[in-house]
Amino acid sequence: MNSEDRVIFTEEMKKEYTILIPQMAPFHFELLSSTLNSFGYKSEVLANNGKDIAYLGNKYVHNDTCVPAIYVIGQFLDALNSGKYDVHKVALIITQTGGGCRASNYIHLLRSALKKAGYGYIPVISLNASNIESNPGFKLDFKLLKKLVQSITIGDLLMSLYNQTLPYEVKKGETDRVTDWWMQYLSDEYKNNVKISSSQLKSYLKDIVNDFNQIEITNEIKPKIGIVGEIYVKYSPLGNNNLEAFLINEGCEVRTLGIVDFLLYTFESVAYDIKQYGGKYLTRIIFKLLVKYVEHPRKYVNKLLAPTRFAHVLEFKNLKRLAQPYLGYGVHVGEGWLLTAEIIELIKSGVNNVITTQPFGCLPNHIVAKGMFKTIKEAYPSANLGSIDYDTSASKINQENRIKLIVMNAKSKLNKELKKNTK
Amino acid sequence: MIKLGIDIGSTTIKLVAIEEEVVIYKKYERHHSKINATLENLLIEFKNEVNVNHICMNITGSAGLGLAKKNNLSFVQEVSCAFFAVDKLYDNVDCIIELGGEDAKVVFIDKGNIEQRMNGTCAGGTGAFIDQMAQLLKVDVSELNELAKKANKIYDISSRCGVFAKNDIQPLLNQGASKEDIALSIYQAIVNQTIIGLAQGREIKGKVCFLGGPLTFSSELRNRFIETLNLKDAFVPENGELFVAYGCALFPKNEEIDITNLIDMLHQDNEFDNQQFLKPLFKNKKEYQEFIKEHDNSIKEKDIKTYQGNAYLGVDAGSTTTKLVLISEDNELLYSYYGPNQGNPLDIIKRELLNIYDLCDNRIKIKSSCSTGYGEQLIKNAFTFDIGQVETICHYEAAKYFLSDVQFVLDIGGQDMKYFTIDKGVITSIVLNEACSSGCGSFISTYANSLGSSVEEFAKMAINARKPLDLGTRCTVFMNSGIKQALAMQVGIDDISASLAISVVKNALYKVIRATNFKDDFGTKVLVQGGTFLNDAVLKAFEDEIGFKVIRPKIAGLMGAFGAALIAKKKVKETSKLIKYDDLKNFIYESSNVTCRLCPNKCILTVNKFSNGAQYIANNKCSNPLKKEKSSEKLDNLYQYKYQLLQDIIDKQPDYDVKVGIIRGLNMYENIPFWIGFFNYLQVKVVVSDKSTPLLIKKGQHTIASDTICYPAKVVHGHIINLLEKDLDIIFYPNMPYNELESNVLQNHYNCPVVGCYPELINANFDFEKTNFVMPYLSLEDKAKFVKNMIPEMFKIKKTNRFKISKAYNEGKKLENKYREMIFKKGEQVLDNVVKNNKKAIVLAGRPYHIDPEINHGIDRLITDLGCTVLSEDCFRLKDNKVNVLNQWTYHNRMYNAANIIAQYPNINLVQLVSFGCGLDAITSDEVKRILESHDKIYTQIKIDDISNIGSVNIRIRSLLNVMEGLDE
Repeated sequence: MNSEDRVIFTEEMKKEYTILIPQMAPFHFELLSSTLNSFGYKSEVLANNGKDIAYLGNKYVHNDTCVPAIYVIGQFLDALNSGKYDVHKVALIITQTGGGCRASNYIHLLRSALKKAGYGYIPVISLNASNIESNPGFKLDFKLLKKLVQSITIGDLLMSLYNQTLPYEVKKGETDRVTDWWMQYLSDEYKNNVKISSSQLKSYLKDIVNDFNQIEITNEIKPKIGIVGEIYVKYSPLGNNNLEAFLINEGCEVRTLGIVDFLLYTFESVAYDIKQYGGKYLTRIIFKLLVKYVEHPRKYVNKLLAPTRFAHVLEFKNLKRLAQPYLGYGVHVGEGWLLTAEIIELIKSGVNNVITTQPFGCLPNHIVAKGMFKTIKEAYPSANLGSIDYDTSASKINQENRIKLIVMNAKSKLNKELKKNTK
Repeated sequence: MIKLGIDIGSTTIKLVAIEEEVVIYKKYERHHSKINATLENLLIEFKNEVNVNHICMNITGSAGLGLAKKNNLSFVQEVSCAFFAVDKLYDNVDCIIELGGEDAKVVFIDKGNIEQRMNGTCAGGTGAFIDQMAQLLKVDVSELNELAKKANKIYDISSRCGVFAKNDIQPLLNQGASKEDIALSIYQAIVNQTIIGLAQGREIKGKVCFLGGPLTFSSELRNRFIETLNLKDAFVPENGELFVAYGCALFPKNEEIDITNLIDMLHQDNEFDNQQFLKPLFKNKKEYQEFIKEHDNSIKEKDIKTYQGNAYLGVDAGSTTTKLVLISEDNELLYSYYGPNQGNPLDIIKRELLNIYDLCDNRIKIKSSCSTGYGEQLIKNAFTFDIGQVETICHYEAAKYFLSDVQFVLDIGGQDMKYFTIDKGVITSIVLNEACSSGCGSFISTYANSLGSSVEEFAKMAINARKPLDLGTRCTVFMNSGIKQALAMQVGIDDISASLAISVVKNALYKVIRATNFKDDFGTKVLVQGGTFLNDAVLKAFEDEIGFKVIRPKIAGLMGAFGAALIAKKKVKETSKLIKYDDLKNFIYESSNVTCRLCPNKCILTVNKFSNGAQYIANNKCSNPLKKEKSSEKLDNLYQYKYQLLQDIIDKQPDYDVKVGIIRGLNMYENIPFWIGFFNYLQVKVVVSDKSTPLLIKKGQHTIASDTICYPAKVVHGHIINLLEKDLDIIFYPNMPYNELESNVLQNHYNCPVVGCYPELINANFDFEKTNFVMPYLSLEDKAKFVKNMIPEMFKIKKTNRFKISKAYNEGKKLENKYREMIFKKGEQVLDNVVKNNKKAIVLAGRPYHIDPEINHGIDRLITDLGCTVLSEDCFRLKDNKVNVLNQWTYHNRMYNAANIIAQYPNINLVQLVSFGCGLDAITSDEVKRILESHDKIYTQIKIDDISNIGSVNIRIRSLLNVMEGLDE
C-alpha cells in the first residue's frame, strides 16, 4: 500500500481501543458491532447527528466528493470532537470495496481529513474482502466473516418486516417495541455465543417472523414505495434526510431490499470479471461458492414467510435474471445492474412506485438508474419512477416537493385501482 | 360549495375560486417574499369580494408546502394540479410543459399513463432565470419579449443556472452584441435546458400544452419551443399562469374551512420553526459601530480641482461593473468611478474620461494609463491605453499598497471569486472559482433587486438580523432553494440578507479556498477586497469564520483599477498613447456580428469598429479570425498533434465493403487506433464519426438521459446520431470497464464508471432500427479472453475465425502501440526543445477525449497564443511514482505521472482539466495538487463544461504565466 505512513491498528490496540463505526443501515450495523464485540473488539456504532456533521464534512473533505464521504467523515469528526471518547484510544473503521467508483478512495479522504483536523494519530481500519489493506490487530477471518454475514441476514429480515408492519400497526409503537426487544436480545445473545450455529440462526429467524406476524395490523391499503439507490443514501437516514420516516408519515409503506443482495452482487461481479477478462479460475470458483453460501439461509427465510402476509425474498439468480433485458452484468460499478434489477423486482412484486436515491454527481447511477428509466417505462408503462439527488446543501424542501410528486402519483394510481376493483 | 385553489410559488401567489366548476374569482400577485402578509391580504380581498366565509381549499406550489404543513392545511403537489386541470378541460393532450418561478416541469400523457418530471436540484430556475437575465439587460420581462421579436441571431447561452448564463451573456454584452439577439438567445437557452433536463431521451411531440407565467406571457419563448421541437399543435390555455391554481381548486376535497380563522391564523403566525439558526453577525448597534471604526482603511484623497501635476489612470472593466481610478504622483485618489457597466463599458468610460479631461483642465497631465479585467483588450484598443495587465497582478499591486507584507488576498467580485497567496513577495498560487460556485456577489445584488431594494440597503438589513440561517455552501442555485425554504418558514428579509452574506463567505472558504486551518494555511496578513466585501455583513461573517481581523480597504471595489493605476505609474513611458480629448469627443463605435467562416464551427464574432479606424474582434474562440501575423515560429502543441495523428490514422485506411461505425468520443479517442488495426486486418473499414461541431452535439441532446452527467459523455450522443446518419449497418461500441494495466504502480486498471459502461446507456436511450448496435464487454488486457469474447460478436459483423481474430488483435495492439509510441516520441522531442531553449510549457492534464476541440473549447490554442508550448498528460513515459490515493484508474495515473515528472522543470507547469460533475476528479485534483505543491509548483485547474468561457480561462492562464515569469516582469 502506498500510504506507508498510515497508522497501523496493532494487536495491542485491539484490547484497549474502541472502534467507531459510522452509521449506515440502522438494523444491520448494530448487529455488526455486536459481532465485532463478541470477537473481542470494543466497537460502537455512532449515533450522533445534527448540522455539525455536514459542516465538518464540508470543511475537511473536497466538496465535490459525493455525499456519503462527506457525511461519514463528518460523523467521525463530530464524534471525535464531542469529548465522549478518549481520542487516543479510538480507531475508525470504514469499508473499501475496491470497485471502479470513487468510494474505494474514501479511506484516503478520511485519513487526510483526520490529519488536517489534528487527529492524524488515529488508526483507520479498512474493512474489505479484497485485501487492499491489512492490519495486525484486525483480522477478517472466516469465523468473523461468517457471523457478519449471518448478522446481515438477520438485519435484512428485521428491516423488511419492520417496514411491512409499522405503517399498519394498530397499537402505536408496537413495531418499534418488538424491534427494540430483538436488537437488545440479539446483542445479549451475541455476547454469550461467539459462534452462531446454523440451527441457532434458524431459530432466531423463525422467532422474528413469528413475533412480527403477531403484531396486530389494520386492513388499510397504503401505497407502496420502493427505495433503491446508492447504498449509503439508500439506507442511511442521515444521508437521505430521513426519507423512510418521511414516506411513512405521508401514509406510505416503504420497501427497501436487503444488503445480502449487495454482498451477493459484489461476489458475483468478481466471478464475472474473471470469466470475462481473465484471472484465477480458483478465485472465480471460490466467489461462486460464496454466493451460494451467503444466500443459503434465504430458502429457509422464504419458507417461514410463505404462510404469512409478508413478501418473500427473491432468489438471487432470479433477481439477476431481471436485469438481463436492460443491461449487461459487466455493469457492476457502484450498485450496477443490481439497482436496475431491484427496480424491476419491486415493480413485479406490486411496488409500482420506486424512488432511486443517489449522491449528486454519482457516476454509475447516471447509467443504471436514470439511464434505464426510458426502457423500464417502455416495459412497464404504469411504473412511477422518480430520482432524487442528495448532497449536503440541497434544500430539503426541494427534495420533499419532488418526493411528494411521486407520492401523489402513487396515491392517485392506488385510488384508481381501488375504484376499479369496487366496480 | 366554493372551492379555492391557492398556488404559492417562489415569486407569486395565484388564487382561483370555482363554484360548480365555473371560475368565479381569480388573482395573480407577486409576493416579494412576504408570503404570509400577501396571502392574508389576498384572502381578505377575496372574502370581501366573493362574500363567503366557508370554503373548501387546497394549497399547492413550492413555497406553499411549508405553509400548508405548518398550519395543517391540505396540500396538493403542483404537477398533479396542472395535470388535473388539463385533463379536465382538454382532450388528447400529449404533453404539458410548465415553467414556473424556479421549477420546470414536463408531463407526458400516453393513453392514460402519465409520466411527470420536474427539474433536478442542479437545474436552475426558469422564471427566476428570465428575471435575472432581464435585470442583466436592464429591461423588464415583457420588454425582453419585445426585444426578442426583433432579433436576428441566436448565441449559445447556457441556462443550467443563472451563474453560467451570466458568464456567457456578460462577455457578449461587453463585446457589444445586441440586446435583441441576446434576448432571443436567452429563450433558446431555456428551451435547450428543458429538452436536456426533462425530456431525457423522450421526444416531446403531438398536442402540447404550455403552462406557467413565462410561457403564458412570452410569445417568443413559446415560439422557440415550437420551432425547436417542430410542434404542430401547441397551445396556451386561457389564464395559463393561473392554471395550476385552477387545478388545485378542482382537486377533490371535502373539509370546509373558515376563512376568517385562516386569516387570523396567518396574521398571528410569525413564529419560527425549530430551525437551527446561526449566531447573529452583530450583537447590537454598538458592536456594529465599533466594527466600522476598526475597518477604516482609507487612502488619501486629493481634490482634482486644485491638484497640479501628473496623474495616472487605471480602468478595471469587470464582468458586471466598470471601475475607474485616477491617482496623483503621490498615489492620492483624484477621481474614482464604480458602477454597473450596463452591458456597455465603452459608453461609460467615454463619459467618465471626458469628465476627467474636463476636470483636469491644463493643470493635470495623464502620463500613463492601464486597463485590466474582462474588458482589458477592448478598452485598450478602443481608447489606446498604454498598458493592459491581467487583473490578478493589478490586485496584488493594490494590496501591497495597504499591507506591504500581505500574505493572502481574497477578492469577491460580481461573478468571480479569486484568491492568491504571496510568499516572500512572490505570488505562489492563484485560484479562481469555477463557474459552478461563482456569482455570489452578483447573486446578492440580483436578490436585493428582486426585493426592490438596493444592494446597500439590503446589506444594511443584515446588521439587524437576529436569526440567520444556513443556506449551504454550493452554487447559488442551491441557495435560491435554501431561500425558498427560508421563505416557507417565514424568515425575515434581514435574516436572509445575513444568511446570504454567511453563505458567500462559506462558499469562498470551503468551496473555493478549501481552507481548514486558515491561519496555518495562509497566515494572518490578509486583505479582502472586491465589491462584495463592501457589504459589512460579508466582512463580519468572514472574520467570524476565520477567527481574526483582516484588512478591507475602503476602496475594496476599486482595487483592480487602483492597482492598474499604480502599474501605469510604475511603467510610465515618455508619452502616453491615451486617446486625446478631441478624439475622445468624437469617439464613436459600431459593433456588428459576423459569422466566422474560417472553420466548420461557424462562431459568431462581434466586431467593434472604432472611430479612429481601428477594430477589435471579440467573442472569438480561437486566434484564427484575428488574422494576427502568425508568429514566426509555430509553437508545439501536443493536443493538435494527437488530434491530427488520429485523423491521419483514420484517413490511411484502405476501403473495404464491410464497414463498422465507431464514435469519436470518450475512450475511443484512445482506442480508435486499436480498432482500426484490428478491423482492417479482418478487411473491415472503420468509419469514425465526424469531428465534433456545435451542430453535431446539438443533434443528440434530446437523447441525453441525465442532465448532470459530464460534458464529454453528453457529446457522445451527437456522435451516435452522426453515425446513424451515415447509414451504416453496424455501430461498434464495446463496454470497457477495464483499461490497461500500463504501469506497475497501478493498483487496478479501471476506466471511470461513465466511460466504462456508456454503451449500455446509449443502447437504452436510442432506437437502433436498422442499425446493429454491437456492445460486447471487453478488455484489451487479456488476449485469450478478448478473442473468446469477440468471436460471437464478429458473427454480427463479418465471417471470420478464431485464428484470424487472434491475429487481428495483434495487429490492433501493434497500431495502438505505434500510436502511443509516436506520442511519447513527440513528447520527448518537445520536452527536449523546451528545456534546451529555455521555453515555457504547460502540460494540459486531462483525459484522451479532452483533445476534442469542442470539449476543450480551444484552451490548447489559447495557451500557444500566449506563447507557451502545450504538452499532454500522456506524452510522458510512465514512471513508478507512488501516490497517496488508491491508484486504480489508468487515465488518472497518467496525470499523477505527468505532475511528478514536470515537477523537476522550472519552466513547465501543469493545468488540470476536470469535468463538471465528475466525481472522480474530486480525488484526482486533490492528489495532483498535492504532488505539484510538494514541489512548490502552482496548481491550476480548469473545469470543462458545455460552456466555453474562454475569457476566464484566459485570465487564469495569464496569471499563471505571470507567476512563472516572476512578478516584476
